Amino acid sequence: MADAIEVRGLVKRYGSLAAVAGIDFHVAPGTVFAFLGPNGAGKTTTTEILEGLRRATEGSVSVLGLDPWTEGTALHRRIGVIPQDFRFFEKITPQEAIEYYRSLFHTRPDPTELLARVELADKSSARFDTLSGGQKQKLGLALSLTNDPEVCFLDEPTTGLDPHARRSIWTVIRQLRREGRTVFLTTHYLEEAEQLADQVAIIHHGRIIAAGTPREIIEKYGRPERLRVKAGPEVAALLTSRLGLVATADHGEVDVELRSKEDAVRALGAIDGSGLPWDGFETVRDSLEDVFVRLVGQMDEGALRSGGGP
Amino acid sequence: MNFGHIGADFRVVARSYFRNPVALFFSLIFPIILIALFGLIFSSTGTSAVNLVVLNEDHNSATSVEFLSALNQTTLVTVQVVNVTPSDFASWLGQNDYAAGLVIPAGFNASYHAGSPVNVTLYTDPQDASSAGQVEFAVTGVANRFNLDRACGSGTCTPVIGVTGANVGSAIYTYIDYLIPGLIGFSILTSPMFSMVDVASSYRKEGIFRQLSLTPLTRAEWLTSRVLWYVLLTFVTAGIMIAAGAFLFGAHVIVGVQLIPFLVVGPFLFVSLGMLAGSVARTPESAALIGNIITFPMMFLSGTFFPVSSFPSGLQDFARILPLYYVIDGMNQVMLFANTGRALTDLVIVLAIALVFFGLAIRLFKWRDE
Repeated sequence: MADAIEVRGLVKRYGSLAAVAGIDFHVAPGTVFAFLGPNGAGKTTTTEILEGLRRATEGSVSVLGLDPWTEGTALHRRIGVIPQDFRFFEKITPQEAIEYYRSLFHTRPDPTELLARVELADKSSARFDTLSGGQKQKLGLALSLTNDPEVCFLDEPTTGLDPHARRSIWTVIRQLRREGRTVFLTTHYLEEAEQLADQVAIIHHGRIIAAGTPREIIEKYGRPERLRVKAGPEVAALLTSRLGLVATADHGEVDVELRSKEDAVRALGAIDGSGLPWDGFETVRDSLEDVFVRLVGQMDEGALRSGGGP
Repeated sequence: MNFGHIGADFRVVARSYFRNPVALFFSLIFPIILIALFGLIFSSTGTSAVNLVVLNEDHNSATSVEFLSALNQTTLVTVQVVNVTPSDFASWLGQNDYAAGLVIPAGFNASYHAGSPVNVTLYTDPQDASSAGQVEFAVTGVANRFNLDRACGSGTCTPVIGVTGANVGSAIYTYIDYLIPGLIGFSILTSPMFSMVDVASSYRKEGIFRQLSLTPLTRAEWLTSRVLWYVLLTFVTAGIMIAAGAFLFGAHVIVGVQLIPFLVVGPFLFVSLGMLAGSVARTPESAALIGNIITFPMMFLSGTFFPVSSFPSGLQDFARILPLYYVIDGMNQVMLFANTGRALTDLVIVLAIALVFFGLAIRLFKWRDE
């Protein structure tokens, strides 16, 4: 099956500044693709090019087989978009907003059902300017679904929302995926991407520095699994000198890099037999956020030589 | 052009409008306040010489020429003798933007020398109260001097020359009648201009245009729905003004189908101009500034509150490059003088300007960025 989104050699320049400096990726139909990056990395510019709101300087972009800039009218009937900080006519209610979009798209979704789906049914008659930030984003999400889209572009849909509102939008995104829709999600909540995405790409300074499934990225760029023991620096010294393990102490915790399960057993045995004070342990792995912070930090320090990916 | 889209957007505009008390006040209540204020207050303007158009039916007789010369010497009026024979001199004056006219009847010379009473007819513009007073003062002053001269010569003291007053346009019209087309023009200008300048800049800043660009609604459909909304609003506002003028001050302007094209094309012009002004501005602040620079000169120099004929000649020329001048002049022609010919010319000018502005607005205002 053809990719829902295909990007090759995409460049967007504003004068001498390259906001997007040559990126390639593709998104399979029916999947959730998370596009991550720090502020100013090029996420929104890329997303707006995919939506047909900006023209690419170089490269080719295809969404559902259409060029978003030249075939925007046809494309917009098949995609749904919720921009960052969604705004609408202030005196219009969610019910009226959906009726408006229905008239424009000539579709017939039930407004009550659509609002219930995004948990906004109780605010169907409230004017837009009285809605909270989360409720406004939910309305944006409902409107983006009015035309029964094949691809949904969600640009930081949960930014600034409380945890409950964020989780309810996650529920909708999971449902969209179950319905076979493609979701292109930009976010700087790494937990969100880890929870929702099938594929992830991390963009920084206009270039993609990592791509794959969240697990692949963690395994490729994350540190090994670690044993974390609540103990002082003398325990770290013990494990290094006696067992040859890499152990670091920080703020009352000792992290021991594990090459195998046996390392954990040996380390715990050595600590227990040493008579040194300690209080509990756990094993920890890098999260996507840990990897993201390390990759971005390394790139900013010049440790990474960017060229489309490490 | 999809009329379903236009209808959907029109409903959104209407709902937004009716839920905005400020917008309702300025569209529906403010015009009544204006009518009431200007109906009650006559403003006073300067004392420069007023152009007095004279129809001399006594064919340049010695007395009539002397009478006109004396009028010129007052420096209050500048006599301009015309050689026309209109069936209705009052309407002719109004149609040609003359604020004052004088008819010297046939037999004026003979009556004067025979001592038979004879009346000159003075036409003044009630909308231009100060000019009217100035002309009346000059004409009655000169008539009194002639009466005095003749009394000394003949030994009688009976006045011979009398002055009959009449209004430019028609004897039945008053200042409020002249004010109504001007204030309807004021409404046609201000309501769409201020609103569209604000909408064009704020919708762009807030990303609403980008949001709309992702729907099948086109820019032309969106702008058309705004034009239709302001046309409807103009009909309502004009109705309120005419009714308020009639109820509060006994106004009686001509309200006919000839007025309708101006109530349609006028808002069309200023919605387009407002959109154009808002589109070229980079920020809401600069949009407001551009809007004010365009709107305020038009508001005061197009014959809204004061007749253009009372302006200095340079300012009159400037007024004639303002689109609102043609809207108001056209409405004056149909509501006061029943002069369809000149109204049609005004209408063609307004329509041409509106089409140019609409085309430019569509071209320059963008849903999306490069």
